[in-house]
Amino acid sequence: MAVHPPTSGSGLVVTPYERPSGVHPPLDFAGYRSTALRAPHRPLVLLLHRLTEITGPLLGAERVTAADADLTAQHEGEPQGQRIVVSGRVLDSAGRPVPDTLIEIWQPNAGGRYRHVVDDHPAPLDPNFTGVGRCVTDSEGRYRFVTIKPGSYPWRNHPNAWRPAHIHFSLFGRAFTQRLVTQMFFPGDPLFFQDPIFNSVPEAARDRLISRFDLGLTVPEWALGYAWDIVLRGRGATFFEQPDGHR
Amino acid sequence: MNAKLTPSQTVGPFLAIGLPWPDGPFVVSEGTAGAITITGRVFDGAGEPVTDALVETWQADQDGRFAHPDDPRGAAGPGFRGFGRCPTGPEGAYRIVTLKPGPLPSPGGGTEAPHLDVSVFARGLLDRVVTRVYFPDEGQANEADPVLTSIGDPARAATLIAAADPGAPDRLLFDIHLQGDRETVFFDV
Repeated sequence: MAVHPPTSGSGLVVTPYERPSGVHPPLDFAGYRSTALRAPHRPLVLLLHRLTEITGPLLGAERVTAADADLTAQHEGEPQGQRIVVSGRVLDSAGRPVPDTLIEIWQPNAGGRYRHVVDDHPAPLDPNFTGVGRCVTDSEGRYRFVTIKPGSYPWRNHPNAWRPAHIHFSLFGRAFTQRLVTQMFFPGDPLFFQDPIFNSVPEAARDRLISRFDLGLTVPEWALGYAWDIVLRGRGATFFEQPDGHR
Repeated sequence: MNAKLTPSQTVGPFLAIGLPWPDGPFVVSEGTAGAITITGRVFDGAGEPVTDALVETWQADQDGRFAHPDDPRGAAGPGFRGFGRCPTGPEGAYRIVTLKPGPLPSPGGGTEAPHLDVSVFARGLLDRVVTRVYFPDEGQANEADPVLTSIGDPARAATLIAAADPGAPDRLLFDIHLQGDRETVFFDV
């Protein structure tokens, strides 16, 4: 972990965010075929954090209603599938909660079909499930969604390729540097070994994408519960690197 | 290695069900005094349009201020959202309606030319890619900009300067090439 030291000029002091290493997938990952024509080939240029990077959109309560966090209650009837609660906290790497931040999720239905025009997986759409949710973290960084467990689906990346069940998560944090889009998986999924998207993550960091079954989050007689905390880049001057010493 | 950070994953091909907002492209509403439109297309390494991407922008207001408490100069009022979001369409095109930001003091000394930070998300991108849009009528400021100059190669830096639309003074054209001979400069942020 490394961050640049605070830099100053004209009296302006900016504390940068830490720089991840060994965390995110490489952009060019041959096992995931769609990277071939989309991953940039030239080396990324180091962008030191200045005002535009240490700020970011503070979108919150004005963009959501309480109903947006319950994906099982967006239609006249209830969707098919296993009801689940997905809940956890959004933190930075120093363990500080990230409050009042917008989380957006999307997922397929219990049969592994997204409500999207280009999804041609021959599993039925569910008239009672859209698969889109939003919420804002509370003052302690907590979030909670009610949904159904998404199904796995085939995706033609390689012969007989199947995605492990997952929910897409989009987070803003409080700065441009903290923006994160990721996927949450479920414990014990037998499909992990053959999924290049999951396995594109450095091995030591992969299990951070897997939620944990939590009996305490279940709703007796009604829904199972999964816990998943999300950790965004932290800010501070504990670790340093030279401005010309980027990876 | 960072001990706890949550890794990135691709948005996949179905982001359009979850991420676009009706008001996403409108940092300010159309017809706002001084509004500009930044528009362009996203291309892959074969020169084909990327029709399932999401382009996001973040920027200062016209005075070079942010409605954000971490701005050491103090937060601007909440009137300007500063954030735009637009999915690409069948031609790979996006558009953002906004105001031209002001210049910014740089903590390294000097001044940053007016710019927007840009994130591109898409199937096939395991993490977002980050670039910047600069303005074609800011020649001197661009030449002194610490980020543009850090790129080293002026031809590469030029990939970050939008083109004026001769037919529409309030329109700027900014294509994004993910890969290939015209590959846009992307940043390690």
